[in-house]
Amino acid sequence: MNQLLKNAIWLLIALLGASAVGGIALNRGENINALWFIAAALCIYAIGYRFYATWIAATVLSVDETRATPAERLDNGRDFVPTNKWIVFGHHFAAIAGPGPLVGPTLAAQFGYLPGTLWILFGAVLGGCVQDMVTLFLSTRRNAKSLGQMARDELGPLGGTAALIATLAIMIILIAVLGLVVVNAMKHSPWATFTVSATIPIAMFVGVYMRYFRPGQVLEASALGVVLLLLSVAGGRFIDEHETLRLLFDHEGLTLAWWIMAYGFAAAILPVWLLLAPRDYLSTYMKLGTITLLAVAIILLQPVVKMPAITQFIDGTGPIFGGKLFPFVFITIACGAISGFHALIASGTTPKLLSNERDICMIGYGGMLLESFVAIMAMIAATVLDPGVFFAINSSVGVVGADTADAVAKISSWGYPVTVTQMQNLAHQMGEATLFARTGGAPSLAVGMASIFGSAFGEGLLALWYHFAIMFEAIFILTTLDAGTRVGRFMLQDMLGNMWPKMGETSWLPSVVFTSALVVSGWGYFLYIGVIDPNGGVNILWPLFGIANQMLAAIALCVATGILIKSGKLKQAWVTGLPLVWLIIITTTAAWQKIASDDIRIGFFSAANDLTDKLAAGVLPPAKAAIAPQLIFNLHLDAWLTLFFVSLLWLIVFDMLRVCARYLSGKSVLPLTEVAHSPSRLVEDWVRD
Amino acid sequence: MSGRLKVFWQMVRRLSGDDAYEQYLKYYARHHHVDVGHDCHPPLSKADFFRQWQDEKWNGIKRCC
Repeated sequence: MNQLLKNAIWLLIALLGASAVGGIALNRGENINALWFIAAALCIYAIGYRFYATWIAATVLSVDETRATPAERLDNGRDFVPTNKWIVFGHHFAAIAGPGPLVGPTLAAQFGYLPGTLWILFGAVLGGCVQDMVTLFLSTRRNAKSLGQMARDELGPLGGTAALIATLAIMIILIAVLGLVVVNAMKHSPWATFTVSATIPIAMFVGVYMRYFRPGQVLEASALGVVLLLLSVAGGRFIDEHETLRLLFDHEGLTLAWWIMAYGFAAAILPVWLLLAPRDYLSTYMKLGTITLLAVAIILLQPVVKMPAITQFIDGTGPIFGGKLFPFVFITIACGAISGFHALIASGTTPKLLSNERDICMIGYGGMLLESFVAIMAMIAATVLDPGVFFAINSSVGVVGADTADAVAKISSWGYPVTVTQMQNLAHQMGEATLFARTGGAPSLAVGMASIFGSAFGEGLLALWYHFAIMFEAIFILTTLDAGTRVGRFMLQDMLGNMWPKMGETSWLPSVVFTSALVVSGWGYFLYIGVIDPNGGVNILWPLFGIANQMLAAIALCVATGILIKSGKLKQAWVTGLPLVWLIIITTTAAWQKIASDDIRIGFFSAANDLTDKLAAGVLPPAKAAIAPQLIFNLHLDAWLTLFFVSLLWLIVFDMLRVCARYLSGKSVLPLTEVAHSPSRLVEDWVRD
Repeated sequence: MSGRLKVFWQMVRRLSGDDAYEQYLKYYARHHHVDVGHDCHPPLSKADFFRQWQDEKWNGIKRCC
């Protein structure tokens, strides 16, 4: 009887999920309630978790709960500590959730709500979650080794080097694009600039407080910090309304970009306790708090999605970024569905806390499900806006023109009516001078969030909500920027240390300054080009980031598939093999189009040639002619970089196939590096207190 | 109800690292018995422990996109 009831419940969930997805997919011409998105997501997640994840854990991975984990065997009370599964889940989710799933869906909404939503749901359940879970499992069985080490040990030196280079490259592009998102959110907005700048001294205050004033009182210090952050959001309004003070915080994009670079450099060489660690505390609380608040607001308010299911821009003519639905929706969504970066957290960091292998399913698979849910909420926040408003905020000057009347005429001609007055009113409500051409995704997400929060918790505070949302995005973008620059510095020091050991000393000041400057100039260059680019820069950088991130995911899946086959699980290797094939297809197609397309809005080379011709013919306006040589150089660089990424990917794919073919034909391969079984002694109630 | 709140508060403290020093002391007590004849150092002070803990925590890739 009990079993029957269980089956009936799962059948109901399946039916509800199917009708929610069907409703979303088949709805035409009518507005659809955002609650359907939530229902579809929760049902698909539940079914994916209950049936697919547990099946993978039991059958493919053969998770063994009697086996001692590295946290138990190597317990040192510091980094290896067997920990309660909910705590590990919290740490894991806080580490994997970044600004990516917020920005990607916002940009991908130019295709309409449907393509992005479907990929976020199915990509996560079949691809991203599987990648995270399998990587977590493999690393747990190998004493919490990193992805790069596993690639080197199991596939060969090529795999290890590829993973290392991919990680460094992805970091550089990621920081540049995130820096650009923040710059675009602060450009000529004294309120946003003040609030974002205030996060720096606030983090330092929190850092000093918990290091010297009240050592170790983490929660107390963080609570103070959160209150100060909220005050800084409110204080921004005062600055904005003050005639002389506002000038201090009213800057061009380029000035802000130089400041961000200076900040990134300082953050990479300052001690972690002063800036990085306290900022991370604040951003984690803000992140978890705001995401929960957004979920509550969406459920309370049940906003109506106004964006059509599919727009005409699936043909590749979209204003936010060029490129057809296939493959660019997959490249753009990136982290919300599958993110290679997660493999770096799932290997190395999280396995050191795992007290029992049976928790792998919930932490690896479940953590990514929650991340995917964040992406769904970002999609909702982007699509509850009037499509005309959405495109007015996100279309760059290079696409719709600098004159607002021209811009609204052009956007309205696409079939998404919007007026200058409407945009002015909206900007006024949000406490901004203008919302036209605020590319990068952060402002439109903030407008979407502010309108959801405003309707749910009080309309009068729209401007406060808007700047709260901007602060929320900026604070963890800057955390990623700090942490990424520092990691890049360590990796570079490590690499250079192979040639000159002194450079490898992480505390030797000349090495610290040199490598930090190198990393900052790496992303600083792309940030600079992005800021001066009249097309907004995000249209170039985000696809580049997407390709790099999906490439890293493909590397992780290569390692996983290779190990599964070497473990004699050829028949089940499709679990990681199929997502891998799909990623290879989309990354290669996207890379090929970015390199070889004749469309100047997609192909890097054709855009460079077009600009060269126009420059030679003297038809460019003087301002654009002045920067054209730099843009042309950058387009060439981007093309070569894309080619490099895709070659790296194919290299490691062939390396993995070589290892598998050798194994299957009975030739010798590198041995499995799985640590031998030793029984777990952990007393159940002790760990799971 | 108050029991649940207590559990929740404990989780928040554990997640944030607020109770990291208490956990360290517990670990220390478990692994350093007085009767074992080896000369082990006394436990670190809260400030010293926190310094090491914080510096270690930030060694490596800890945050994603």
